[in-house]
Amino acid sequence: MTQILTMVAQRLALGLLTLFVVSLIIFLGVELLPGDLTQAILGQAATEETVAAFRRELKLDLPPHERYVAWLGGILQGDLGHSLANKRAITELMGVRLWNTLFLAFISAAVAVPLALGLGILAALYRGTPYDRAVNIVTLSSISFPEFFVAYILILVLAVQLGWFPSISNIGEELGFWERVYRSILPALTLTLVVVAHMMRMTRAAIINLMASPYIEMANLKGLPRVRIIVRHALPNALAPIINVVVINLAYLVVGVVIVEVVFVYPGLGQLLIDAVRTRDIPVVQATGLFFAAAYILLNLTADVLSILTNPRLLHPR
Amino acid sequence: MQDALRLLGNSPWSARLGMLVVLFYVVVAIFAPVLTPYGESEIVAAEYEPWSSEFLLGTDNLGRDMLTRLIYGARNTIGIALITTVLAFLIGCVAGFLAATLGGWADQAIGRVVDVLMAIPQLIFALLILTIVGTAIPILVVVIAVLDSTRVFRLSRAVAMNIVVMDYVEVARLRGEGLWWIMRREVLPNALPPLVAEFGLRFCFVFLLLSALSFLGLGIQPPTADWGSMVRDNATLITFGDFTPILPAASIALLTVGVNFIVDWFLHQTAGLKDE
Repeated sequence: MTQILTMVAQRLALGLLTLFVVSLIIFLGVELLPGDLTQAILGQAATEETVAAFRRELKLDLPPHERYVAWLGGILQGDLGHSLANKRAITELMGVRLWNTLFLAFISAAVAVPLALGLGILAALYRGTPYDRAVNIVTLSSISFPEFFVAYILILVLAVQLGWFPSISNIGEELGFWERVYRSILPALTLTLVVVAHMMRMTRAAIINLMASPYIEMANLKGLPRVRIIVRHALPNALAPIINVVVINLAYLVVGVVIVEVVFVYPGLGQLLIDAVRTRDIPVVQATGLFFAAAYILLNLTADVLSILTNPRLLHPR
Repeated sequence: MQDALRLLGNSPWSARLGMLVVLFYVVVAIFAPVLTPYGESEIVAAEYEPWSSEFLLGTDNLGRDMLTRLIYGARNTIGIALITTVLAFLIGCVAGFLAATLGGWADQAIGRVVDVLMAIPQLIFALLILTIVGTAIPILVVVIAVLDSTRVFRLSRAVAMNIVVMDYVEVARLRGEGLWWIMRREVLPNALPPLVAEFGLRFCFVFLLLSALSFLGLGIQPPTADWGSMVRDNATLITFGDFTPILPAASIALLTVGVNFIVDWFLHQTAGLKDE
């Protein structure tokens, strides 16, 4: 038991360290700017007084390490700073959008995860059959599609030609739950299609890998029924790889959201990030970038920890 | 040579289709100026002209010929993606082979840096850097190549690890050969098959990332014709039921599908990854 706890603690410490280094990179990246932030924003023509005032306002006159500590301290206390473009607090900008993005990711995952696991396990069990080959070709193709290709095809067919769903997902707080689901269906469907292919292929590979191991063959030779082999023998060992597959794909979802939100003008964090990148609103880019990176790191960390916790070899040491 | 031909003869239809597609793109990209009726960024008519005999695929949001832009897009997008992938492989393989051959602290140091770089999602990282340093094409190439080389590093190090313990490497070391010589003459030839397959996969990833960035308006900048930005610029047409703006996206999809089909077949051929 202590062995498991040490391993989990190690992973957590490593994850926190990574988060710290990433925040350092995101913050110090700006220091690479030729000249500094003020010139990039105000332009060459700015007078010396405006530049000085601006620098004081952004606390650019302080040395980098002091600014970093202040920035990180602010974030830990829930203060992300202010947008350069419209002077509003970034927490205020991110608040509603964060929930919208999580909502979109959640409904995509709710559909994608069971679907992919089911299809993947089926493909592994009926391996080598026409069903398996067809699935292989279809998923290989859809992995290769850019997200915006899938998105625009869906818009063209389901929104423009059939008129079933709106092509722009303007979500507001005043809408009821089902109305929001209805308006989010196209972006969610796009994300689902992109993620399912990945997740399914990885599930299939994990199961096939497992079914080839000697102890499964042994169970087979003993004449155990197939259901018992899968449920009692294969599943406990397959849990770790499957959890891994699911969480890695959820992490992928976090990034895929950016492009899909732009296509459907969905008011989420991805849209905010892209708008900020276009206007070079660096504090907003830093805050949203840090959020996406943190979500990605935390999900990968969860995958690591869960696969340690569900590993039968560690749970029942000899 | 004869072996290669026989292998080609036995290839499944999906791999053949893939090769045909790739060949087609290469020809189009090379002969772009000959194949196109107009100049790359030449404005030839009003905006959004429909399909006609004069403009086979109509015109875009500025009145440039769509077909011409599509063909030049093949040249620009594939060319830049290819250069980026090659650069990523140069960095990744050298770092990976170095880590494997030197071992010890060099291996640890490179490995930790790569771990951190891989912990940040590529698209977010690329967006962040491009916001700060701008989107000139050389910068774009270097940024994506460095980010992608981390994946190449993982593979080339793992492969090289199995090679550096071989007797012939030991012999070369005892003979007094230098580090560079060992990496190039002993490790590289033996690591080639998995790296070739990886090259195809990495090319697809780079190509898709580059297109995604262009689509978001941060990749290849106008007036250079590029598939990602072509989709974005003409997307409004889709709401009128016109599928012309989807064509550049379809071109991206077709090429990546083709490359993936070839890689899939190649992986089945090289030992170890057969699962049937």
